[in-house]
Amino acid sequence: MPKEPVAVVGIGQTKHVSARRDVSIAGLVREAAVHALEDAGLTWTDIDAVVIGKAPDFFEGLMMPELYLADALGAVGKPMLRVHTAGSVGGSTALVAANLVSARVHRTVLTLAFEKQSESNAMWGLSLPIPFQQPLLAGAGGFFAPHVRAYMRRTGAPETVGSLVAYKDRRNALKNPYAHIHDPDITLEKVQSAPMLWDPIRYSETCPSSDGACAMILTDRAGADRSPHPPAWVHGGAMRSEPTLFAGKDFVSPQAGKDCAAEVYRQAGIGDPRREIDAVEMYVPFSWYEPMWLENLGFADEGEGWKLTESGVTELDGDLPVNPSGGVLSTNPIGASGMIRFAEAALQVRGQAGEHQVAGARKALGHAYGGGAQFFSMWLVGAEPPTR
Amino acid sequence: MRDVAIVAFAQTDHLRRTDELSEVEMLMPVLHQVLDATGLRARDIGFTCSGSSDYLAGRAFSFTMALDGVGAHPPISESHVEMDGAWALYEAWVKIQTGEADTALVYSYGKSSPGEVRDVLTRQLDPYYVGPLWPDSVALAALQTQALIDAGDTDEAALAAIATRSRAAAADNPHARIAGPVPAGEYVVQPLRTGDCPPVGDGAAAVILAAGDSARALCPRPAWIRGIDHRIEAHSLGVRELTESPSTRLAAEHAGVFERPVDTAELHAPFTSQEVVLRKALGLDGSVTVNPSGGALAANPVMAAGLIRLGEAAARIHRGESDRALAHATSGPCLQQNLVAVLEGESAHA
Repeated sequence: MPKEPVAVVGIGQTKHVSARRDVSIAGLVREAAVHALEDAGLTWTDIDAVVIGKAPDFFEGLMMPELYLADALGAVGKPMLRVHTAGSVGGSTALVAANLVSARVHRTVLTLAFEKQSESNAMWGLSLPIPFQQPLLAGAGGFFAPHVRAYMRRTGAPETVGSLVAYKDRRNALKNPYAHIHDPDITLEKVQSAPMLWDPIRYSETCPSSDGACAMILTDRAGADRSPHPPAWVHGGAMRSEPTLFAGKDFVSPQAGKDCAAEVYRQAGIGDPRREIDAVEMYVPFSWYEPMWLENLGFADEGEGWKLTESGVTELDGDLPVNPSGGVLSTNPIGASGMIRFAEAALQVRGQAGEHQVAGARKALGHAYGGGAQFFSMWLVGAEPPTR
Repeated sequence: MRDVAIVAFAQTDHLRRTDELSEVEMLMPVLHQVLDATGLRARDIGFTCSGSSDYLAGRAFSFTMALDGVGAHPPISESHVEMDGAWALYEAWVKIQTGEADTALVYSYGKSSPGEVRDVLTRQLDPYYVGPLWPDSVALAALQTQALIDAGDTDEAALAAIATRSRAAAADNPHARIAGPVPAGEYVVQPLRTGDCPPVGDGAAAVILAAGDSARALCPRPAWIRGIDHRIEAHSLGVRELTESPSTRLAAEHAGVFERPVDTAELHAPFTSQEVVLRKALGLDGSVTVNPSGGALAANPVMAAGLIRLGEAAARIHRGESDRALAHATSGPCLQQNLVAVLEGESAHA
């Protein structure tokens, strides 16, 4: 029996900021969920199941938050699943929800991801000492900086490419009312003169810590017919994992990322991603990951990703816009960041991305990764229902 | 729906402490056991899903290290729930229903020994109003027990009998942590005595799921999942009737429990009183063999104990000791969230 097509009919986000002191965790997630329901023209009673994701529980100091959040998300009497796949979790959560619909287990599912980083301290949450294991005392940037340096050395990319990404994403964020960092005075010179944090990553090339939530309503073909706004259709989705550390791991372009993209393209019937995909929402927490992932995702040949960035191809008005929303560099409620990528890709093909809309976007890729560049989740959404 | 079965199950011996073992070292033997039982290798598996909790491990992203135990290269299709492994099995079952996988490896693990599990579980509670008071899991279960006694649903002698029956049954379970005649003990939190409470310990479990003919090829008598469903209730104890478990009842209805009688029930009831609540919700009478493994009163590795219920029920079908079994898993304080599955041997359907 072929899978049921999955449609995104509702999308809701909170305004992402460094601290939402006006709401509890429950208040934050409910705000995003209510926005998504309004977008879908549905009420709580239309929802058959809830799938929730976030990054580690230590970030809020709340163990298995689905238990506490069941009431706030209208889940009482319903099935509720909690997904956790590190930084890729927002994407994985959406895929678990999509599977419930495509397997015809449920017809309409609310999926939501959040992080309220202001409730605790993410650096503390990531740095708990464990006997006999290397602590991550340098934070995520310290872990990824050597891999950026490896990319530069391998490809001969000029030192300026990272700043171009940050300058682009922060300008795109100005067009996105939900984005966290809004700096109307941004200039390329400001990006390039920012302090060096983890050589070669400058402060201006790193993601912020945000409070925020993102919700989506996924439904079947019959549900899509009733949708008041054009749906986005899921054409392909996949997750791939590999260990953090092992001999032969390519940190610059992990095999799990390549395999995940290949599987999504296979499902979606994409032969030439560079030509057939109109917009990409890519998980870029440090600016250099844009050229790196352009290669990993098959948009550029090995060693060529930085040339796309440098020539303006990934600008909002370029040939392959990357992160029209401003991306993770502008907004990073960690557990939600992957789902925001998936949701922003859906907004693009629904034609509802507002000022950061890519003109005529028909197919868009949402991408997330996590852990030590080891967990990948992606989906490809289109304006038309899938034909295969 | 595709026919999906549990075709292999393995669990560790459950121990009070495993200081000498990392989570990966604790997990690897059971991963190898289920793979060896089916002749599959990790690269043959269509989908992998695990359940665990960072809070038990005391560190963020704890499951990323456990993944190393699977030997996950070349890359695998894999996911993780921050829940008991029973829900990882549910996610894997859904994945097989999409047709994207024919087999799945599901595992879960929990080490309670490095911390105080009673304190750790308080971090599950509403973080603004209840969590700061640190009401521990035994105290909350005692509240539920007293409500049951006040309602006339049970008494302390009946609860002691549940403990005695469970631990006597565990004498046949080589993996159990506590087995045989166990005294009721002193009050821990009145009306709960030592014997009414689960042992604290460490352990891991793994199962393999397979669809249709794959299952028949991998196992002489697959345990077919005829229905599986899970439901959650409100969090606040103040808005719940603690003597009832409507989420268990609802999950059981959706899983098809009441269509025909079951002969076996593996219930995830860490406290004796919770078996009373679950029996009522599931309509189990004396004709059903409840917790022949000894249940969570004999071994309660947190985050694996629910998956073990599914595995124990399946193993009885594999051995021909059951034709139609119910398996149940719970999560959260006082049975807040519940999963129910119906497992059948092939002949039960003929």
